[in-house]
Amino acid sequence: MSIDVKKRKKSGPWREVWRRLKQNKSAIFGLIVILTLIVVAIFADQIAPYGYDDQNLRARFQTPNGDHWFGTDNFGRDIFSRIIYGAQISLKVGLLAVGIALIVGGTLGAIAGFYGGKLDNGIMRFIDILLAIPSILLAISIVAALGPELRNVMIAVGVGSIPSYARIVRASVLSLRDQEFIEAARAVGASDTRLILKHIIPNSLAPLIVQSTIGVAGAILSAAGLGFIGLGIQPPLAEWGAMLNSGRQYIRDYPHMTAFPGLAIMVTIFALNLLGDGLRDALDPRLKN
Amino acid sequence: MMGEVKGLQPERLLEVKNLKKYFNTKKGLLHAVDDVNFFINKGETLGVVGESGCGKSTTGRVVLRLLEATDGEIIFEGKNIRDYNKTEMRNMRKEMQIVFQDPFASLNPRMSISEIISEPLIVNKVYKDKADRMKRVRELMSTVGLAERLTYAYPHELDGGRRQRIGIARALALKPKFIVQDEPVSALDVSIQAQILNLMDDLQKEFDLTYMFISHDLSVVKHVSDRIAVMYLGKVVELADYNTMFKNPQHPYTQALLSAIPVPRLDVHRDRIILEGDVPSPINPPEGCRFYGRCRYRQSNCLNVTPELKEVGPETFVACHYAGNLKPAII
Repeated sequence: MSIDVKKRKKSGPWREVWRRLKQNKSAIFGLIVILTLIVVAIFADQIAPYGYDDQNLRARFQTPNGDHWFGTDNFGRDIFSRIIYGAQISLKVGLLAVGIALIVGGTLGAIAGFYGGKLDNGIMRFIDILLAIPSILLAISIVAALGPELRNVMIAVGVGSIPSYARIVRASVLSLRDQEFIEAARAVGASDTRLILKHIIPNSLAPLIVQSTIGVAGAILSAAGLGFIGLGIQPPLAEWGAMLNSGRQYIRDYPHMTAFPGLAIMVTIFALNLLGDGLRDALDPRLKN
Repeated sequence: MMGEVKGLQPERLLEVKNLKKYFNTKKGLLHAVDDVNFFINKGETLGVVGESGCGKSTTGRVVLRLLEATDGEIIFEGKNIRDYNKTEMRNMRKEMQIVFQDPFASLNPRMSISEIISEPLIVNKVYKDKADRMKRVRELMSTVGLAERLTYAYPHELDGGRRQRIGIARALALKPKFIVQDEPVSALDVSIQAQILNLMDDLQKEFDLTYMFISHDLSVVKHVSDRIAVMYLGKVVELADYNTMFKNPQHPYTQALLSAIPVPRLDVHRDRIILEGDVPSPINPPEGCRFYGRCRYRQSNCLNVTPELKEVGPETFVACHYAGNLKPAII
C-alpha cells in the first residue's frame, strides 16, 4: 500500500538501520577506523614495540625511521608506542565521560520529561545553570579542584556534557509521552516502569546514539585540551594532548613530535564524526531510503 | 429504568452519570466533557457522533479511566469504577479495552507484531508459558485476519488496514466485554474501512462484545450503531436508538447533522440545514443552551436555562426545551 512507503516511521527495526548505514561509505570508513582504534587500544601491550615510558637518551629527537616509525621525543621515547598507549587513555576518557553524562543526564532528562510539573522545572533549571557555565571552564575548575588524574578528567569532561543529554532525553520523552502507543500500553495495564523501559527508551535511542558518537569525539578533544594546558593526565602517562604540549617547545626543530599526536586526535575525531553523521542519516529514514 | 428482566429490557453494561472532564488551560477551564449522561446495553453498539472537539474522544478515554474524570459516575456492571484503586483498576482493564484512531501512532514502532499483541498477556500475566502465549497470539492473529507470516513483521512494514487489525487483536487479547472504538476507521481508505467495520461486526457477534463507537462520520455510525448519542460541545444533546433518531431527529443539531448526509440519488433533493456561525469555545462556556448561537428555533429562555437531557419517548432522550415541538426537517 502507498501508506507503507510514505510513512516509514523514524524507528524501524535495527536491521534496517544497519542496512542503510552500510550504504554510507564514509560512515563505514569511520566505523572501521574506530574499530581499529579500539582493537589497538585493547592490545596496546602486544602491538606497541616499546613501552610508553621506555626512555632511551641516546635516541632522542629521532625523526621517523625503521626502528621508530613516528620518531622519538625529547626523552628518546618511541612516539608510535606512546600514541598507541594514548589511544587507550583517549578512548577510555571519551567513552567513560560520555557514559557519565549519558547516565546522569539521561536519567535526569527522563524523570523531568516523564513526570513533568515541578520536578521537571527544578531539574531543568539546574541543567540551565550547568549550561550557563562554559564547559571547558567547568572542566578546568573541576580538575583544578579535584586534582589532575585520569578519573577526575573523566568526571570533569562528563559533567560538562550532562546538559545536552538531559535536554535530548527530556525532549524525546516529552514527544513520546503523549503518543497513542503509550496510552495503548497503559490501557492494557502496563506499569510506569514497563512504559519507560519497553516503550519510551527504545524509541528515544536514535538521537542519543548520534549525540553519544559525536559526544565521544568532543570528550576526547576536551581531554586533549585539558592535557595540553597541563591539567589532564600527568606524565609519564601517554596522552595525546599532553604529548602535543610537550612537543610544543620543539616544534621548530622536531615537528614530528607534535604532528603525530595531532594527527591521531584529528583522525579519531574525524572518524567519530563521520560515523555520527552516518548514524544520524541511517536512523532518520526521512532523509533518504 | 433499571429493569433486568431478560427479553423485556436489555441489561445495562455501562452507565455514565453526570460525567465531567475539565482541563486546566492557560485561558481558563476547558469543559471537554460537561455533565454527560448515557448508557450502553449489553451486546449493542452505541455510536457517539459529533464534530471535532466536541469531547467524544475524551468521553471514551474518561470512561476507560485513561483520563481521570473531574466528576461523575462510571458504572460498569453495576459498580462505579471511579472508586476503584490502582490494583482493582488494573484488573478492570481486562474487561474494557480501546481501539485507537491512528493505526500508525498507536503501535510501538520498535515492537514486532507478536510483541504488540502479546503485551496485554505479558502485563497481566495470563500465561506462564511462552509457548501458550504464542499460541494465543497466533489464534488472535487469525481471528482478526492477519497472516501468520506477519508474526515477526514490524508495524511500518504494513498498511493501515493491517495495522488496525493489530490494534484490534491487542484489544481482544484479554477477552474484554466492552471496547471503546475511538474513530477506528477514520484514518483508513474507504475500501479498507468496510473490511474493518465488517470484521468488528463479526467479532461482536462471535465474542458477545459491547462497543462504544466514536466517530465524526455519520455514514459509518449509521452503519454500525444500534443506538446513537449525539454530542455537541461537551454535552450529549440526543440519545436514541438508531431508527428513532434517523426517522425523527428531535434536537435541532441532530436535524442539521442528518440533513448533511449525502444521498446518492439524482432525483432526490433534500433541504439541507446549513448551520450558521461557529462552534463556541469550550473554555468557560456560558450558561444556557450550548447550541443557542446556531439554532434555527432559538427562544429567549434558551439563552439562560441549560436544557437537561430528558426522556421524550421510550429510551429517547433530548436536551432541548422545545423537543417534540419542532418540525422534523428530514425527508
